[in-house]
Amino acid sequence: MKIGVLVKQVPVSDSSLRVNPDQLWVEEGSLNFEMNENDSYALEEALQIKEQSGEGEVVAISMGPADRTPKIIREALSKGADRGIHIVESSSHESDPYILATLFNEAVKDEGFDLVLSGLQSDDMSTGQTGLILGELLGMSTATMVVETEIQGENLKVKRELESGWFQWVTLSLPACVTIQSGINQPRYASLKGIMSAKRKEIRELQKDELMTGDSLQSLSKMYVQHKDKRTEMIEGDTQEIVSRLVDVFKSEAKVL
Amino acid sequence: MDILIVFEAKEGQAHRMSLEAVAAAQSMAKELNLTTAVLVMGKDAKSLAENASALDVGEVLTLEHDLLSEYSADGYTEALKQIIAQESPSYVVMGYTYQARDWVPKVSAQLTIPYISDVISVKAEGESPVFTRMVYNGKLISDITPTGGETAIVSFQAAAYPEDSVISGSAETRSVEVELGASMISTVSEPPFQEESGGVDLSGAEVIVSVGRGIGKEENIPLVEALAKSLNAEVGSSRPIVDAGWLPTFRQVGSSGQSVAPKLYLALGISGAIQHIVGMKGSKNIVAINKDAEAPIFEIADYGVVGDILEILPKLTEAIEQ
Repeated sequence: MKIGVLVKQVPVSDSSLRVNPDQLWVEEGSLNFEMNENDSYALEEALQIKEQSGEGEVVAISMGPADRTPKIIREALSKGADRGIHIVESSSHESDPYILATLFNEAVKDEGFDLVLSGLQSDDMSTGQTGLILGELLGMSTATMVVETEIQGENLKVKRELESGWFQWVTLSLPACVTIQSGINQPRYASLKGIMSAKRKEIRELQKDELMTGDSLQSLSKMYVQHKDKRTEMIEGDTQEIVSRLVDVFKSEAKVL
Repeated sequence: MDILIVFEAKEGQAHRMSLEAVAAAQSMAKELNLTTAVLVMGKDAKSLAENASALDVGEVLTLEHDLLSEYSADGYTEALKQIIAQESPSYVVMGYTYQARDWVPKVSAQLTIPYISDVISVKAEGESPVFTRMVYNGKLISDITPTGGETAIVSFQAAAYPEDSVISGSAETRSVEVELGASMISTVSEPPFQEESGGVDLSGAEVIVSVGRGIGKEENIPLVEALAKSLNAEVGSSRPIVDAGWLPTFRQVGSSGQSVAPKLYLALGISGAIQHIVGMKGSKNIVAINKDAEAPIFEIADYGVVGDILEILPKLTEAIEQ
């Protein structure tokens, strides 16, 4: 079983974000980045599928700048991925999911993956499309929001999450491309041995500007802070003052005490 | 028509988010002087057509086919591709439902046309619409314009356009047809099923004390349970807590869990991802405590505290018990 996993680097979740003066992207200079949470579930699922089948390869694939992206790929390698592919992004940021998928397709189309996994969406752009479009470009069968997987010979059976606590089993023929919902597994930590062996694993670099893409289908023309229309009373003070105001709100506003 | 609204069924009727998509389309149609139509398909096409024909839309297209009676991503993708070819709409709109996530990007990829997902508003700039969507988990907003293709697909976030702003009317229905073969569908789907609710119906609770990632570790959950007990409240949670196995699934509030509207919703260490917010924003009083002053939960809170829940919780429980 040869499995590709898309892992994206995104700002850590409680980052304080500021928009660049050109209003087209966030100021990234002072931010710390981590593996997109949904992708870490996809990586774990790929590793478990490989371990259960007893053979195969897991390839971690990422796109991003040269300074921070290798760290994310290295993290995947230290958890057990066998090698990495890094599409080095030196020019502008790409936010069109179609172009992103086209770039990934160019990078992996000759790999002959049986399975491609990714998180269902990224914590930055959250279009929820890149993984699925990549599956289309690779000509694979697809499913999304997967919370359980089971390889059955030439098929992959997945449990898909529907809305409001409903689920559905879907059987796909391999090769397949599925997006993974959080909670499907408990992602592992890298072992010391894993961290040491990751240093010897290959990360193949490709330059984004040298990969063929089509024309973009959508463009981001402005990024900004949302104007807030709801009035929020911010309760300040020391813990005792906060607690007494909260009790007051529970009694006189919410009337639940 | 200029705008084709694709309906989705939920329990045999139009999905609430399909009606919200109508509200969005009606607003677009008014601002840009465009015409609208609704497309209904699947085994509930007849009842959906009834829902749709009572709305202020140009017409209702009814598509019935054996291979569409149960949902499949491939079947729906192929059907919409053919309808787009036949009807040439400038825009195809729908709700950003879990089902839409599963198939609509495929249409975009196969036709090489833009798909702008999870849109919160549309504004007109000249004769073209600009679509607004949240990025970075709701902390920032971005303006997106379609740049290629004759048709652009747009899906709308839950409650972006309220259902009660839909304008009623009366529309004629028209049958449309597509050519589908079983070989086009590469997946086999089993019937949907619901997992056990654990006997907890959060939707009826008057007070919910809900906990998120900010609780830090599983050992701290009893602090939340103690506060809930003092307020005679149910315990709720955001998705990461359920994913970690610290609380059972039936405690989850949000699009994949339960929708609630209590008198008091206390959000403890919950950042306020949209998937959570859609499940609780109807609450009468929302009180949020979070150490991140920029957490999106404060956008919808009536009362906010920037602080450490581990410090505040025990003292709050103590004060209520006195």
